[in-house]
Amino acid sequence: MSASAVVPHTNHAIPAAWPTPLLQTRAIARLNSVTKRYGQVTALDSFSLSLHAGEVVALLGPNGAGKTTAVRLLLGLISPNAGSVRVLGRDPRDSDARTRIGAMLQVSRVPEMLRVREHIDLFRSYYPQPLPFAEVVRAAKLEGIEDKLFGKLSGGQKQRTLFGMALCGNPDLIFLDEPTVGMDIESRRALWDQVRALSAAGKTVLLTTHYLEEADMLASRVVVINKGKVVCEGTPAEIKHQVSGRRIRCITQLDPDFLRALPTVSDVQQDREAVIVMAERPEQVVRAMLERDATLHGLEISAAALEDAFLALTSEAAHA
Amino acid sequence: MAANAIALAPQNIGFGYYARIFVNETKYEFVKLLRTRAFSLSVIGFPVMFFLLFGVSNRHNGYGQYLVPGYSCMGVVSACLFGIGMGIALERSQGWLDLKQASPMPRLAYIGAKVMSCAGFAVVIVAALIALGVTAGGVHMTALQAAQLTGVILAGSVPFTAMALLVAMIVPANSGPGIINLIYLPMSFVSGFWMPVSLLPHFLQKMAPALPTYHLAQLALAIFGMAQPGSNTTHWEALGGFTLLMLGAAWIIFTRSEAKA
Repeated sequence: MSASAVVPHTNHAIPAAWPTPLLQTRAIARLNSVTKRYGQVTALDSFSLSLHAGEVVALLGPNGAGKTTAVRLLLGLISPNAGSVRVLGRDPRDSDARTRIGAMLQVSRVPEMLRVREHIDLFRSYYPQPLPFAEVVRAAKLEGIEDKLFGKLSGGQKQRTLFGMALCGNPDLIFLDEPTVGMDIESRRALWDQVRALSAAGKTVLLTTHYLEEADMLASRVVVINKGKVVCEGTPAEIKHQVSGRRIRCITQLDPDFLRALPTVSDVQQDREAVIVMAERPEQVVRAMLERDATLHGLEISAAALEDAFLALTSEAAHA
Repeated sequence: MAANAIALAPQNIGFGYYARIFVNETKYEFVKLLRTRAFSLSVIGFPVMFFLLFGVSNRHNGYGQYLVPGYSCMGVVSACLFGIGMGIALERSQGWLDLKQASPMPRLAYIGAKVMSCAGFAVVIVAALIALGVTAGGVHMTALQAAQLTGVILAGSVPFTAMALLVAMIVPANSGPGIINLIYLPMSFVSGFWMPVSLLPHFLQKMAPALPTYHLAQLALAIFGMAQPGSNTTHWEALGGFTLLMLGAAWIIFTRSEAKA
């Protein structure tokens, strides 16, 4: 609304929340300063989120941050105490909107006495223009388990079947709530490939996760939330950038107090036999360390991981 | 026709679409219940087993004749309470219902499928009891009486579906089977599913007309001239009133929980 919103950002010190071209597309799903309370607990507090066509957005946060509440609001399973929810230009409870949406939710138990084929067949029948059965099987990697009872599947196979159900309606917008929980590494990577394929096909994906690696690998935009509020948002690189400095890990005999006194050092931690130093200018710090300690070895310098950024951001929010 | 429908609305939602959902949902609900042995064996197995124990051994004194309508009522009530009530309570608590609600599945198809499946089970139970009764239980029955019994039992699935919906709303899933048995077993006994009400202690006889199960039993027994004195109209009215009461209560609780959600 304000004039500054119209003027394009030229200042690179303040990264735009998402790439500019996406700003021009209409949001296909939107939570508009939504507040949701469960009794005394405020799950979401004036929370806003927009999803744009073709984006993969990761909603990242610790347990109880409000991720699942946001997904349930967008699916029309619950209604907000304040604020508004629009999906594909409609109320999410509208069945027209639901025919273009797919969802993978955390279900503690799925009817076990139906076969994978039957579950998929039933869900396909809910949609006016479903994806062909063979296509669902291929996309969710269900080959060879179509005729197994759901109750006889492994954890990863169950998750893949639920993912398949989310694809049944050939949706434009897909919600994946903690999709890779209980999956082994191989299944997880296969699902990541599928999410990338969906994105390449122009679908919009909202995924919630507390696996930072997952957000880093998949998302075009990460929204970090904690205690029902947005802590920050941006591309994975931008989020990492918010935690300044780099991470130095090495095995040294130097005293931690000495390390803390070195210029630009912000944090020193013991990690088993090694020490981890966070510093704005790692080159100076390493030079000083090497001069004092000839036995220093196992040296690694890396950019702050998304995990470090995440921990820093969510704990800052908790202190604020 | 088809081209026209596509031109009018890209979603192409019509009667065929709803009919297909309804048929599919019912088919898979029935298959699922049938494969769930804890349900199918107990719901079909108990009336059949009890009939073999008490009906077949009493085939010469007419008690077998009494037990066919009595156990048929027991079958439909247990199919509704466990199949629909317990079924919905479990699927609600496990998050499965959420996934279905997030899809475009019409809510009516979900409940309708459960009702149709349990009615299907009721028909299987009635057929099994009639077959057992006629062949081994010394039961005499005309084709008309068999059809009437099936009709009354199917009609009986309506009030107990309504009751099951209320049960699904208020009974916590993990203690469901216990609570349902606590309601259903005493009700079966007092309502004369197992023996004529006139043989019960006097205070129970007075209590019986307050129970919906009693009125269902009387309607089923009346087909064979074994009902207590009284008119069928009263029983139909009682079942109708009970249905409205249960549906009303279930609706109030449902809308309250929706408003809270």
